[in-house]
Amino acid sequence: MAFKDLIIEKIKKQFEKSIEEVKEFRGDLSITIAKDKIVELARFLRDDDELCFETCLDVTAIDWATRKNRFTVVYHVYSFKNNFTLRIKANIDGEPPQIETVSSIWPGANWYERETYDMYGIVFLNHPDLRRMYMPEGFEYYPLRKDFPLLGIPGSLPLPDKLE
Amino acid sequence: MGLEAKLNSDGFITTTIDAVIAWARKSSVWPMPMGISCCAIELIAAADPKYDLARFGSEVMRFTPRQCDLMIVAGTVTYKMAQVVRRIYDQMPEPKWVIAMGACTSTGGMYRSYNVVQGIDQFLPIDAYVAGCPPRPENLINAIMTIQQKISKTKARDFQDKPLLETIDK
Ligand code: SF4
Repeated sequence: MAFKDLIIEKIKKQFEKSIEEVKEFRGDLSITIAKDKIVELARFLRDDDELCFETCLDVTAIDWATRKNRFTVVYHVYSFKNNFTLRIKANIDGEPPQIETVSSIWPGANWYERETYDMYGIVFLNHPDLRRMYMPEGFEYYPLRKDFPLLGIPGSLPLPDKLE
Repeated sequence: MGLEAKLNSDGFITTTIDAVIAWARKSSVWPMPMGISCCAIELIAAADPKYDLARFGSEVMRFTPRQCDLMIVAGTVTYKMAQVVRRIYDQMPEPKWVIAMGACTSTGGMYRSYNVVQGIDQFLPIDAYVAGCPPRPENLINAIMTIQQKISKTKARDFQDKPLLETIDK
């Protein structure tokens, strides 16, 4: 059995009702899961003896602007044993959009989630240190949201006083 | 300067204090390499033996602002970095000059974006802008020569009694 089919079979067995979509595009496998099952799925993927997805390569998000579930959180995880990269997605909504952190499963996800919070305003619940990363403390906006203007909001970032 | 010829004939010259001080100042400009991103590579190249900034007395890059009188801002200045650039500028003793090196520093360059200051003249007084992305070392040397011309026109009196750290921690 190809490794892809093994993943799909195992996950479908374990999370039957929570899987929203399984999709393959140009050889990349994506699995969309209900947002309240994300930690469970993460633990399963990491701890399963055959799957062994031990590394979180990236966490990011997509802002769909007008869609009902406005944000999609995207995780890329990697299995050294099988040399395989898997994409996990979760659709979320609300203001602020919230999802459970996976940094308890993959400690490496800590800063990726901070970055995603900084850029999209997605709150990762139970995250150990959810602070701004690139933008200064106290900045009120989330720059990668679709409603944020490219040139920023005048006066939102302080500059030193002008010298003559 | 052809001083040797004078020595042979008269053994002395006449000039003004201002001219001598300005001449000394312009021939020993010590740059502060504020290399923030890619432009800094060309700044380094300008100091190497091929382009040889030493010909203009400016090869002594000092990594502390307290020993410098020319700040070369080479790179993309973000809003976060702007505070740092200004703090370092404030620590340089008077008299001091600033070169905005590269498109980013002068105008924001290709980063027409929320996080990049669209030209550092919004918070610093600039004496020379250098065009290019990145500018060639010759171009930077040209800016330093421009500054030298500017310095040679100064009077020693212009810089008297200015407090060293005038604006810091205001
Ligand atoms: S002007 Fe070009 S080379 Fe210089 S810092 Fe900007 S992007 Fe880099």
